[in-house]
Amino acid sequence: MPDAAGSDQPASAGGPRIGVLAVQGGFQRHVEHLTEAGAEPVEVRIPADVDGLDGLILPGGESTTITMGIESAGLGPAIQAHHAADLPILGTCAGMIVAGREHLGLIDITTKRNAFGRQLASFEDDIEVEGIVDGSIRAVFIRAPWVESTGKGVEVLAEVREHPVAVRQGTVTALSFHPELTPDNRIHKWFVNACHK
Amino acid sequence: MLKGGVIMDVVDAEQAKIAEESGACAVMALERVPADIRRDGGVARMSNPRMIKEIQDAVSIPVMAKVRIGHFVEAQVLQSLSIDFIDESEVLTPADEYNHVDKFEFDAPFVCGATNLGEALRRIGEGAAMIRSKGEAGTGNVVEAVRHMREIVGGIKKLTTLSSTELPTAAKELQAPLELVREVATAGWLPVPVFCAGGIATPADAALMMQLGAEGNFVGSGIFKSDDPERRAKAIVEATTHFNDPDRIAAASEQLGEAMPGIEMAALGEDGRLAGRGW
Repeated sequence: MPDAAGSDQPASAGGPRIGVLAVQGGFQRHVEHLTEAGAEPVEVRIPADVDGLDGLILPGGESTTITMGIESAGLGPAIQAHHAADLPILGTCAGMIVAGREHLGLIDITTKRNAFGRQLASFEDDIEVEGIVDGSIRAVFIRAPWVESTGKGVEVLAEVREHPVAVRQGTVTALSFHPELTPDNRIHKWFVNACHK
Repeated sequence: MLKGGVIMDVVDAEQAKIAEESGACAVMALERVPADIRRDGGVARMSNPRMIKEIQDAVSIPVMAKVRIGHFVEAQVLQSLSIDFIDESEVLTPADEYNHVDKFEFDAPFVCGATNLGEALRRIGEGAAMIRSKGEAGTGNVVEAVRHMREIVGGIKKLTTLSSTELPTAAKELQAPLELVREVATAGWLPVPVFCAGGIATPADAALMMQLGAEGNFVGSGIFKSDDPERRAKAIVEATTHFNDPDRIAAASEQLGEAMPGIEMAALGEDGRLAGRGW
C-alpha cells in the first residue's frame, strides 16, 4: 500500500529503529516486513533520516536510479558514517550492487548487474543461507545480480549456479534476491535481532 | 522493481541513454511519443523490433514496449525480443474492440491502463502485473490522470468499508471478478503496483500523483517535448522520490525552461480522447 501524504514514518513499536532507503524501488515491502518483525522502520530519503538508526536496509530497485538518488540527496556520507559506526546493513538485489566496491564501498565485492538475464529470466529457488536462516528459504531473483569477486574477509553464505548470491563482511550482508517478496519473515527477523543494541 | 521510479518514453537509443542517465527506472520504447501520434493521426502500431533492440543494447535498465489492445501477436513478437514489460496500450490504435490480450498466456509481464477500479480489476483478471492510469496521453494536461487515480484509490477505499454480504453486488457494479474484489476489500490495495500515466509535464505533477497514491510515474511526451529534456527528466525523478518535500520539488522546478505545450480537454473533443479505448 502506498503512503498517504505525510504519514510515511510509522509510530514507534519499541524495537530497533531500522532505516529503509526509499529513493526508489521495493522499499515498502521491507517496511512491512520490519514492522512485522518488531522493528520501527524509518524511510530514508535525506541524510537526516539516517541519524540515530540501529540498522539500514538498501532495497531492490534499479541500481542506476538508486545510485543517482543517493548522490542527488547527498546520502552517501551519511550511509558510510552509519557503516563506520559498525551498525548493521542489509543490501538486497540492487542494494547489493549499491553496497559494493564500485558504489558505496560498504562491502568488498564487485557485482554483475542483471547477471541471470532480463525480466523474462527471473526465477525462484529454494536456497540455504548459511548462518542466517535454518533450513532452506524461498528466494526470488528478479533481474538479479551475482557477486563477481570478493575481497579478503568476505564470507560467501549461499551460491546459485556456482555464483555467490549471499555474502557477508563484518556488519554488512548482501543478498542477490528479494526476501521482502515472500511471506517468510525469517531474514527480516534475523536482521532485526542483529540490530538490537 | 520499478516502484517509486519514473518510466520514460523514448524514441531512440540516444534518448534512452539520456533517460537512464537522468535516473529513469525503465524506458518505454516507441516510435512516436503520444503527442506526435495525436498530431500525425493514422493507425499507431507496435514499434519496429530493430529500434527496440537498439534501445535494449543501449541501456541496462528495463525496456518496455507497447502493443495495440487485443493484438496478441504483437505481444508474441515483443516477448520473443525478451522485452521486460509489455504495455497493452490505448495510445496505439486498438486491434480488437471486444477482447484484451489473454495475458496469462505470456511469460513477459504486462502493464495495462485503467480509468477506474473496475477496469483495473478486469485487466488484473486477464493477467496484468501492473496497472497505470490512462490519463490523456500526449496532452501535457494531468487532469484526466488525477481523475483516474482518484477513481481507482477511492474505489478501493469504498470496498474496504463494505461487509462481505455487499461484495458480490459491488463486483457486479464494478464488472470485476468477485475473487479480486474480495482480495482488494481485505488488503485495501490492488494485488499489483499502480502507477500514474498520462499528462505529467512538471515535477509538481509527478509529486501530485504520488501524493494521490501512485507508486511511480510514466512520463511520455512531457520530457522529450520540453525545452531541456535531461534537466526535466532529473527534476521529475527527484520529485517522484521526494514527493512529500515541497522544498526539494521547488528546487527541482527552477531553471527548467518551458514545459511541453498543453492541450485543454475541451479542445480534444470526444473523438480525440484516447482514454475511452479499452473497456
